[in-house]
Amino acid sequence: MQHSAPRASFLDDLVELLSSMRFAISLLTILAIASLIGTVVQQEQPANAYLQQFGQFWDPIFSRLGLYAVYSSSWFIAILAFLVLSTTLCIIRQFTPMVREIRGFREHAREASLRHFAHRASFEPTLPPEERSGAATAYLARTGFRFRVNDHADSTLIAAKKGSLGRIGYFLAHGSIVLICLGGLLDSNLLLSVQIHLYGKVPAPGELTIGEIPPSARLEPSRWSFRGNIYIPEGTTASQAVINADNGVLLQPLPFKIELKRFHVDHYENGAPKRYASDVVITDNESGEVFERTLEVNKPFEHRGITLYQSGFDNDGSMLNFTAHGMTSCAHAAFPLEGKVGRRIPLFDKQSERIKIPPPCNQVLENYLAGYSLEFTDFRPINVENVGAPDSEGNHPGASFLGSGARPASNEKLRNLGPFYTYILRDPAGQAREFNNYMNPIQIDGLQYLLSGVRTSRMENVSWLRIPLDDEGSADTWFAIQQSFFDPARQAALIKRFISHSTDKDEKKTLEAAAKLLLTQFAQGGMKAVESSISEMKIPEDKREEANIFFVQVLQKLVWDAWMMVREAAGKGKLEPDDAYAPFVRDTFIALDSSIRYGAPFYLQLTNYEQRQATILQATRSPGKSLVYLGSLLLSLGVFAMLFIRERRLFVLFKKDEALVAMSSDRKTIDLDETFARHRDGLAAALGASAPQD
Amino acid sequence: MELTSSPPAHRPVSPAAHVNWLTRLSVSDWLFAIAVVFGAGIAYVRCSQFMDGYDIGILFIHAPLIIALGWAWRPFRLFVVAVAVLALFSIWLYQGDLARAEQAFFLKYLISSQTAITWMSVFLFTATGAYWLGFATRSDSAERTGSSMAWIATVMGATGLLVRWYESYLAGPDIAHIPISNLYEAFILFSLVTALLYLFYEGRYNTRKLGAFVLPVICAAVIFMLWYSITREAYQVQPLNPALQSYWKKIHVPSNFIGYGGFAIAAMVGIAYLFVSRGKFTNRLPELRVLEDVMYKAIAIGFAFFTIATIFGALWGAEAWGSYWQWDPKETCALIVWVNYAIWLHMRLTRNLRGEMLAWWAIAGLFVSTFAFLGVNLFLTGRHSYGAL
Repeated sequence: MQHSAPRASFLDDLVELLSSMRFAISLLTILAIASLIGTVVQQEQPANAYLQQFGQFWDPIFSRLGLYAVYSSSWFIAILAFLVLSTTLCIIRQFTPMVREIRGFREHAREASLRHFAHRASFEPTLPPEERSGAATAYLARTGFRFRVNDHADSTLIAAKKGSLGRIGYFLAHGSIVLICLGGLLDSNLLLSVQIHLYGKVPAPGELTIGEIPPSARLEPSRWSFRGNIYIPEGTTASQAVINADNGVLLQPLPFKIELKRFHVDHYENGAPKRYASDVVITDNESGEVFERTLEVNKPFEHRGITLYQSGFDNDGSMLNFTAHGMTSCAHAAFPLEGKVGRRIPLFDKQSERIKIPPPCNQVLENYLAGYSLEFTDFRPINVENVGAPDSEGNHPGASFLGSGARPASNEKLRNLGPFYTYILRDPAGQAREFNNYMNPIQIDGLQYLLSGVRTSRMENVSWLRIPLDDEGSADTWFAIQQSFFDPARQAALIKRFISHSTDKDEKKTLEAAAKLLLTQFAQGGMKAVESSISEMKIPEDKREEANIFFVQVLQKLVWDAWMMVREAAGKGKLEPDDAYAPFVRDTFIALDSSIRYGAPFYLQLTNYEQRQATILQATRSPGKSLVYLGSLLLSLGVFAMLFIRERRLFVLFKKDEALVAMSSDRKTIDLDETFARHRDGLAAALGASAPQD
Repeated sequence: MELTSSPPAHRPVSPAAHVNWLTRLSVSDWLFAIAVVFGAGIAYVRCSQFMDGYDIGILFIHAPLIIALGWAWRPFRLFVVAVAVLALFSIWLYQGDLARAEQAFFLKYLISSQTAITWMSVFLFTATGAYWLGFATRSDSAERTGSSMAWIATVMGATGLLVRWYESYLAGPDIAHIPISNLYEAFILFSLVTALLYLFYEGRYNTRKLGAFVLPVICAAVIFMLWYSITREAYQVQPLNPALQSYWKKIHVPSNFIGYGGFAIAAMVGIAYLFVSRGKFTNRLPELRVLEDVMYKAIAIGFAFFTIATIFGALWGAEAWGSYWQWDPKETCALIVWVNYAIWLHMRLTRNLRGEMLAWWAIAGLFVSTFAFLGVNLFLTGRHSYGAL
């Protein structure tokens, strides 16, 4: 590459530059740096994420430079294009000299140049001159060399070589780069942009359903590359793939229909997912051929150049049955409710006949919830979580490091927590609250709770309402306590019961006043309101803690009394105060406190469900794939050939009383020394010479 | 050039013997080949119900590969035999019951998977110590000891991995998988492959002086592996997620680690090169041309295998995610590593660049590779986050 013809013109200079290794290596370096940027800066994120990360100054600059989509930016494609050009020119320039090298034997090498070889030796053959050439060629043939013999009047030169395939490796390795880049280009997003411009397509907003997408966002059936998602609920059929492009979507019609019969998730014993599979029926549009297939991760299916992959799943469309436990002051407000994942139901508008709430509570709830809507956003029947605590008892995990690696981990307790469901309650102004509930009670520190997590935005952490279960494993007791605790109508009875524990008249008065005040404040804002009222009272700083404890004690006693009232109303006996009930009272109290901030007048307890899943398939057409694969094969062959097939050229020059052996190779490595020594000695032996000398 | 300056590394061969390599084979070579074929046959007969078509294909490709390696590199035969004997002994001791790992003496203290892997670590540390002693005192016997220790370590490591494979079947046929699937197993593989590759060069160049430089990088990997596995209990056999259930994995991962192993050796030899080229330790290390040669060979073999590993990865990606290349962080880092060594080789072969520059570059290359191997999992997100920390 270094030796070039005298420079003739600008064009020659340009070709010289483009095909030079200097240029190619600069390109590769830039490519590596660009890739590094693309790795460090997360690609294709929402625009506001970048604005947050880089700030107002840098964001537009980075955006303009294409750093958010490096690999489809024009400058990146330009680097690749130049790399292809440079490699192609390099191959073209190297073609003739390389072919000459591969085919030629250099049988016209001059003696003087042979004598300058680093690896050379000469000796005196004892064989008669007429036998020398034959003996040498016999040796060369035996050792796998090909050779030419060039006889001169006073000398004979045998030029031999082997391992020329290594040079073909050069063509394979470099040509394959061109193939891979071209194939990659055919499969890149670039062609999608071309298609968008060519046919005047406009990506449609992503929220639209397939039916709503206008023709301007529907691509023509084509042989071009694409990569899209297909969403198919069980029992339905799809015939379009959705392609994400420029913050919107495009529809790509498929030459076949896909019907999803069933989607399965298999689990390992510990609950981790083992297999995602879609049983599909594919019907070709043209021929009407029908294929029944099961698509799995790592097991795609190809038809008409389009490959279908298992890519994800969803629980949309699952039917959910709830019992809604009213969390208002109205007693016994439990009513059934039905929902479907992915759907939204308006609450208590005129047309809504679905929700039947028994009187008298219907009025309370309907007033509260008029104009609200409920959306069921997520449902997952199986949730395996690690409920094991890190080893806190000083059991050194290393102690079990030895032995078999296939035992269960000591601090890992994977448990299926059962169905998990999410719904959003939206008020008439559009403000949303998201509720994340588990269907089954969850055990925490040996006690059972119903868990419901609330948040008002996705950015927030979920705050949990932990409803304690009673000795019968039911949450009804807590709901009953909750209803009576906050019901102004029943407050008097509660307070009366509370002060009946005291015998002193004055004390009764004080307690009554305190209980009344506390109940009102607690109902307004929970413990936070109580605490802030303490700070407003004229209580010295150092006594506040004490007052706080006193108020909590009063409230917990009220909880106890409310519980007893609930028990009596349910026909269960009264309990004697005992430490054993303390956790339930404490948890009930904490849950009452949380329930004030719960922000919903009911708790939806899932009672039954009918799972209906949807599969998400990915469909791709990559016309460049075969080029890339061919390129990859050639690249592997080429790299191995270039690096591991060593070209050896061996020259044997017979003069009158001398045999000169010289060897060269395109790779100067130590084994060349050894190989030369071996052949030198071998030839010397074949020619009957004594110890060779340099 | 003085021909005597580098003694022929392998045993001298008579020219005639070179003609027909078959005649060069000794009785033990043939016995080895027969044993390997026999072993593959037994494996097929006994285990074919656990294997699909690809597994059986891979099994029968491996037999000639192991034979060829054993014939070309004789110590490898002993390695294979030792590993086979130990692994089979361990399997026999298990008698199909995982609990025997705590009861059977040999399992508990020698050849259950975790114990064997611990022994590998111990022997690697001892080997490093011995090589260092040899380096410090210029004692050939210390270096010989280091070499033996390193061999024992590779035998224990390979045994550990094979037994781990078997144990995963005892844990449950659906959990069972080849132990090259998570970061912990990958580190064992890396230690094993790098040590074997080093031992190959040790024999090939007939010098044990480089052990003091190459072994520390393996020890660093082992230390990381031990820390990682003890703090995270990462040594537990975990069931595979669906994306990892692919036959491509079985060739993608090992090829990648031959690549990383080669690059790691090249970097450590690069350090040795820098010392010698500045006149330090010249009588404790091989001469420059040997160092340069080892560095080139290690990078060449690493590059070749890294190339096919990346291609296998692309093929696997095409099958699992529908795209052979999607500029995922791991893919991009693989490209960066590949480009880096491609330039290195161009510089060495076409430009004939030699000397310190290439040594520095090889050292820098180790950082690039380490980032691609580990950093991506540590700092970046992507589809290739199986070995997440």
